[in-house]
Amino acid sequence: MKKEHYLWVATKTGLLGGAIGIFLCLIGMVEIFDKRDVVEGVITLGQFVLLATTTSMGFIASRRTSELLGQNQASLNLISGLVAGLISAILVVLLVVVGNLIDVRAVFLNASPVLYSLLSFNQGLAGIWILPLIGAVTGVVGAAFLLLREDIRGPISRGLLTLILMALFSGLFRVVLINQGSLWQVIAKGLFGQTGLTWIGAILFFGLAVFLSRFWSSKGDEYKARLNQLPKTRQTTLRVVLLALIVLIALGLPQMSGPFIAQVIVIISLYILMGLGLNITLGFAGLLDLGFVAFYAIGAYTVGLLTSYGPFGLQHIPFWVSVPIAVLVAMMFGAFLGLPVLGVRGDYLAIATLGFGEIVRLLAGSDFLAPYFGGPRGIIGIQKPCIGMLEEFLKTDTPRVCNGIELGTPQDIYYVAVASALLIAFVAWRLRESRLGRAWMAIREDEDVAEALGVNLVQTKLLAYMLGAAFAGLGGAIFTVLIGSIFASSMQLLVSINVVALIIVGGMGSIPGVIVGAIALIGLPELLREVSEFRYLIYGVTLIIMMLAKPEGLWPSQATKRELHHAEAENVTAENMV
Amino acid sequence: MRTTFTERFVDLAVNAFLWGFRILIVLMIVLGTFFTIRAGKYSGEQWIDFFVFGVSQGAIYALIALGYTMVYGILRMINFAHGDIFMTGAFGGYFMAIWLNSTGFIDRNPILGLLIPILFAMLLAASIAMLVERVAYRPLRNAPRLVPLIAAIGASFFIEYAFRGFFGPGKYAYPPIRVLEGNWDILGINILKVQVVVAIAAFIMMAILYSIVMYTKMGKAMRAVSESKDNAALMGIDVNRIIVSTFALGAAMAGAAGVLFALVYRQIDFFMGFTPGVKAFTAAVLGGIGNIPGAMVGGLLLGIFESVGPSLFLEGLGITRAYQLKDVIAYTMLVMILLFRPQGILGERISKQKA
Repeated sequence: MKKEHYLWVATKTGLLGGAIGIFLCLIGMVEIFDKRDVVEGVITLGQFVLLATTTSMGFIASRRTSELLGQNQASLNLISGLVAGLISAILVVLLVVVGNLIDVRAVFLNASPVLYSLLSFNQGLAGIWILPLIGAVTGVVGAAFLLLREDIRGPISRGLLTLILMALFSGLFRVVLINQGSLWQVIAKGLFGQTGLTWIGAILFFGLAVFLSRFWSSKGDEYKARLNQLPKTRQTTLRVVLLALIVLIALGLPQMSGPFIAQVIVIISLYILMGLGLNITLGFAGLLDLGFVAFYAIGAYTVGLLTSYGPFGLQHIPFWVSVPIAVLVAMMFGAFLGLPVLGVRGDYLAIATLGFGEIVRLLAGSDFLAPYFGGPRGIIGIQKPCIGMLEEFLKTDTPRVCNGIELGTPQDIYYVAVASALLIAFVAWRLRESRLGRAWMAIREDEDVAEALGVNLVQTKLLAYMLGAAFAGLGGAIFTVLIGSIFASSMQLLVSINVVALIIVGGMGSIPGVIVGAIALIGLPELLREVSEFRYLIYGVTLIIMMLAKPEGLWPSQATKRELHHAEAENVTAENMV
Repeated sequence: MRTTFTERFVDLAVNAFLWGFRILIVLMIVLGTFFTIRAGKYSGEQWIDFFVFGVSQGAIYALIALGYTMVYGILRMINFAHGDIFMTGAFGGYFMAIWLNSTGFIDRNPILGLLIPILFAMLLAASIAMLVERVAYRPLRNAPRLVPLIAAIGASFFIEYAFRGFFGPGKYAYPPIRVLEGNWDILGINILKVQVVVAIAAFIMMAILYSIVMYTKMGKAMRAVSESKDNAALMGIDVNRIIVSTFALGAAMAGAAGVLFALVYRQIDFFMGFTPGVKAFTAAVLGGIGNIPGAMVGGLLLGIFESVGPSLFLEGLGITRAYQLKDVIAYTMLVMILLFRPQGILGERISKQKA
């Protein structure tokens, strides 16, 4: 292959950076993020996004130059970084020039005067040279970053990452800390400002992260070795203490953090329940189900119909009695929906189950079945769970009085949700190690071989559908009491897709993977509601990057890890591996 | 093979259930049709209206389904972002049409005024699809099958919300095109002009695509790659180029479908690609995925059943507001096809390695 000139490589990188910068401007990210600060009074999130683009383009150009030359050559690296950063910034500024000549806003809503004045630092066309200058400088900084020694570069990049994360979550931390009382309030106001970190906070978090990262890389191995040398009994005690600490934090968390965080954790737990369910059908047995939300809906509607004191309530039984019924009903439907698709494989299965999921949602929300399921108006007035005796049901639209503790708030539901998620995780783990679990995995690897080895396909597959459905049904049941109502419109295909995505991102067939996936894909976007405009955009990019960089997932099971690396080693086209 | 009593019992129960299910659905269809026709609520003209609407709707589904089926045929991958490619086409066509309309071009040259937005939409959709293929799918070509599916889901979210960022969450109204307003009187039956034009345009596009695939060198190469990538490469075919052109061709069809859809429904938004995308994939499976005439037949059938079905099958059974259940009919059809004829209407049985 012909060797390219390093300046041409830098130019191409710059053009890419410019395209990214313009994209970020036109989707409105720069303008909206400009209202938030990374460090108050120093740099806004909008400016940060642009600078991060030019800096990373400088870094990439510098790295490509080194690859081209086969070595680092400081002056050339810095020049290519400069070129890349400069070109990126010039392209972005061109947007201002073009915007002053023609009306871009007729097509792109966000090409507004606000954006232009932001990009030209409030100086109109006279200010368009500022951004390219900054771009060039940051490009050089990015390029220089590559030239640093690894043991300096690592801590700095980790420090910056911590800084950004703290800045993104600063609003959340501030609120939580201020709730804790007077001393904490002072700390909170010192570290977190109204819109971002204060400069004290920024320096503190950056310094702390750099220090910890340096410390860990120099002393980490030593401590690990010391830990391993401890006698077995001491190790066990340490583990127990650690576990007890986690349990204590888990118990106290909702009281400390307020209803918002508790609600987010409940939602994460629900997705963990569904994820564990689908992990059986998809992760263990290899049956791709894109209509998983159906079972969730069935669990939710069963509990709703059985416990509601509204007009659609049938039985008015307590929540605790309705949950096992809901799980059983979901299981029955799992078998019912699993039966017709027993012989269907692969992508056909995906689309057939997708159809089932949609059918359930459409029927539940239709006027035809509205007399039973409330149609588009949903089922309201769901009885809260009660620890203790419930008074007799008197009349419609009046909740039964609870003599005891009523679990009404999200903080209360939190305990139910987390406990069930843990219980189900345990069940899933035991199932995987059981005879049935082995049979599922045999089916996943090769149906025909499994059958030849004496695995009963019909029973095993049906059990996978049924148990998966049961877990999802439990999730639906808890969701119902959290929200206090059910609407068919919340049972979208999107939920099923989210569940599939979180399993793959966490690591298929891995139980801790499901938990990690749920926290990453469901929890983080919920917590980052402030950037909600771009939530799904970031979600989409994350999915793609994840698949490109780490297709085995964040916490893969041992088997998947082996499989993927085996495949690489032998260069097997993975067509018949699911 | 030795089987226990319970195993035999389960197998028997499963078979009984499946046959019961099939018989139940066939019975529902027959009874529903019988009662609807006996009740005579709709005149013959109304049935024809339903049918024509179904054909134009189905033709749009078929155009989108082509992209699914071609990509599936070559890569064995569900291109989940295809519905959103369709949406980008609608937006491209919209802005072109708005611009042409503001200069008065559409009123002067109605045919070109229709054609230029469609061509622009095709171009835009094809370039976005090529970009997506390059960034998100090509590096994953040899990964396990779920990996590209998730990447495609990611791409779908990305396109949707990038467009939401560009153009906002609101709905845009496609400019009125005077030539397409009103009815045509064909053999004493009034038919909306838009629907006829949309159906004809879609059929022309399909014919063009079919001849490209069947009679050009590139089409031949595409068919070869879908048989076997390795062997095609040995025969001197540039597999990458063929895959890219497959994406581009499928996306161009979807882009055109986007404009046609906007002509019928008159409004577009960033989320409009989702449902038609899922429907079109259903249509592709219905016709036999990987099979180009199958996608056309599947799309048409789906459109017609969706439009005629609620009144014909369901109202006779005493179901109120049956039109709400048109999607249920579509998905039930899909499940029925998978039960009775898993390879689709026109598909040949795909060997186990492929399925």
